[in-house]
Amino acid sequence: MPTEAQILDWLQAVTDPEIPTISLVDLGVIREVRVKDDGGVHVRLTPTFAGCPAMDYMRRDVETTLKAHGIPRVTTEISLRDPWTSDMVTDRGREGLRRHGLATPPKLNGGLLDLDILEYAECPRCHTTNTELRTPFGATLCRAVHYCNNCRQIFEQFKPI
Amino acid sequence: MDPKLDLLYRLADDQLILGHRNSEWNGLGPILEEDIAFSSMAQDKLGHSLQLYTLLHELGEAEPDTVAFTRNAPQFHCCQLTELPIGEYDFSLLRHFLFDHAELLRFEALADSSYEPLALVARKIKGELKYHVLHANTWVKRLGNATEEAITRMQAALEFTLPYALGIFETTAAEPEIISSGLFVGEAELQRRWEESITKVLAQTALTLPDLRLLTPVTGGRHGQHTAHLQPLLDEMAEVFRLDPTADW
Repeated sequence: MPTEAQILDWLQAVTDPEIPTISLVDLGVIREVRVKDDGGVHVRLTPTFAGCPAMDYMRRDVETTLKAHGIPRVTTEISLRDPWTSDMVTDRGREGLRRHGLATPPKLNGGLLDLDILEYAECPRCHTTNTELRTPFGATLCRAVHYCNNCRQIFEQFKPI
Repeated sequence: MDPKLDLLYRLADDQLILGHRNSEWNGLGPILEEDIAFSSMAQDKLGHSLQLYTLLHELGEAEPDTVAFTRNAPQFHCCQLTELPIGEYDFSLLRHFLFDHAELLRFEALADSSYEPLALVARKIKGELKYHVLHANTWVKRLGNATEEAITRMQAALEFTLPYALGIFETTAAEPEIISSGLFVGEAELQRRWEESITKVLAQTALTLPDLRLLTPVTGGRHGQHTAHLQPLLDEMAEVFRLDPTADW
């Protein structure tokens, strides 16, 4: 019977449907993996944003991947019990976001999400913080659009929440 | 009505109806960023309504799609503010500003609800609503300090929208029990916090907040009394579902 660590390792292959450089594990969307006595596996996921339309794809990809590794019964659950915050993105996940050209969300460290934090972003190209928020709503619910005053370019940020 | 159901229907219907109205800006926004912003907020609000209809379903009500798409106007509990047509951008922006300030404070309070499933959903939703309030504040401050035409239009829209916004806080017979059971702090307390919150932002603009005590709130929505605008919206929203309830897309 595979261990939970082994399952998490296999799930590194399941990436965000819209950001192929980050796995759902490193994004923090997979909150729990449980190997049951009968050899089945239960995976608990939580959405980044409540209206995220990609949750069904994520569930399906998790199920397909684990079945391909010979897990007989895979069950998945979407839960808000342990709600997602951007601090759940791992260091490897933050690296993946940067490789996709996205600015990473600033760490909140359990603090309150205030308006100053929302306006803050580091340019993924030149790393300056001399940037300004153009709009908190980008191409997907989880992205905001900022402008870099050095590069004179628009860039996207994975939103802090 | 059971106080939990009473509260949840009001919350969920507000989200669904304003979400639908926001989506009508898709393709019509004054600039591309606003097209995307109103469409994103629509998507957030529909997601929030789904979470709340799911809580209702867990309490024995019908499936979320059935509840959303098969009721007629008198069975809806949204405030009338949410159902008004999008009108001009100034009205939609002021509606968004007045509604989402109340909504953020509402869900911050609901995060401490004695009804744990609702508290969980609220803790998720309140973080997302900060972006809605940030967006509203940015544009109210920008246009509320811009040209004379902008300020005049924003002021007129504010005065038109406020009586409807006061209708957000209309109570039902369940209110005393909602408060005493710790489900929610109640509409009167929410309104007090809301006035404080909008006053702070409007003070940074050239706009004047009228004396709210002199206004007559537009009520009825919480009791199923709606404007003539709601039923056509419901008919349009449910068109596909009513043609084929099993359609998947």
